[in-house]
Amino acid sequence: MRILKLVLFLCLLSVTAFAAGDDSTMAFDMRQSGMIYVVVATIAIVFAGIAVYLFSIDKRLKKIERNN
Amino acid sequence: MSFIYKSWWKYLGVVLVLYSIVGGFLVPVPELPILRETIRNLYFHVPLWMAMIVLFSISVFYSIRYLVQPDDDFDLVAVESVNVGIVFYILGLGTGMMWANYTWGTPWNNDIKQLCAAIAFLVYCAYLVLRNSVEEEQKRAKISAVYNIFAYPILVVMVFVLPRMGDSLHPGNGGNPAFGKYDLDSMMRLVLYPSFIGWALIGVWIATLRYRIRLIERKRLDENL
Repeated sequence: MRILKLVLFLCLLSVTAFAAGDDSTMAFDMRQSGMIYVVVATIAIVFAGIAVYLFSIDKRLKKIERNN
Repeated sequence: MSFIYKSWWKYLGVVLVLYSIVGGFLVPVPELPILRETIRNLYFHVPLWMAMIVLFSISVFYSIRYLVQPDDDFDLVAVESVNVGIVFYILGLGTGMMWANYTWGTPWNNDIKQLCAAIAFLVYCAYLVLRNSVEEEQKRAKISAVYNIFAYPILVVMVFVLPRMGDSLHPGNGGNPAFGKYDLDSMMRLVLYPSFIGWALIGVWIATLRYRIRLIERKRLDENL
């Protein structure tokens, strides 16, 4: 679970890294190029959430398998 | 089959899909008329079909194994792979119809690939119906394994062969130029291929979860008898 959190964090970091280096003062961080980065981050979070959920099902199943 | 209890390939699948989501939105794409930004759908629509074909391939592989050596586990793998494959089929068709609505005009164009995919869907629905109609377990496993071996080539022909022989709106089919030939530049490949692998792994993962549930259910059933 810890690795997953790290991966998640790095992915989000990479999104913001794309946005860096813009010389316009108004366009910073996620606000660059029509704020598409916000959409990317949203979908990434949705998928990451589903992935975490799948992992939790996996974990629970492992527990049940052990008890069997 | 101990790999289904391992975690590394599940992480790999998640990372690849996350990569394809980030890359799919941000990597530059060729500017094409009509398609415009919807070309990015390629990263999300096509991998669903890849995941489906991988799952159905696993299913037919285990059906053959079942016929060679009648092990109930193989039958469970086969049926759960089809169950998850059908989910990916529905998602693939849904995203395709969404995409078609904005690029081809209507969600359903009676395009040869759409029609063939619909037929393939019925073939696999028949697989599930057939299974449920046989009461006796070993008979059910055997009949459905044989049926699956017939269903799989039909699916492959319907989705990958027939559409290429007629006129289809799908790229790479009929008179249409393939994405691969003219439009799919190396940057797009860099995102598309990892997303194929990622979604396939996610699909296999869900199938293994269902398979493991089925194993427990069967064990409980056996204990109660």
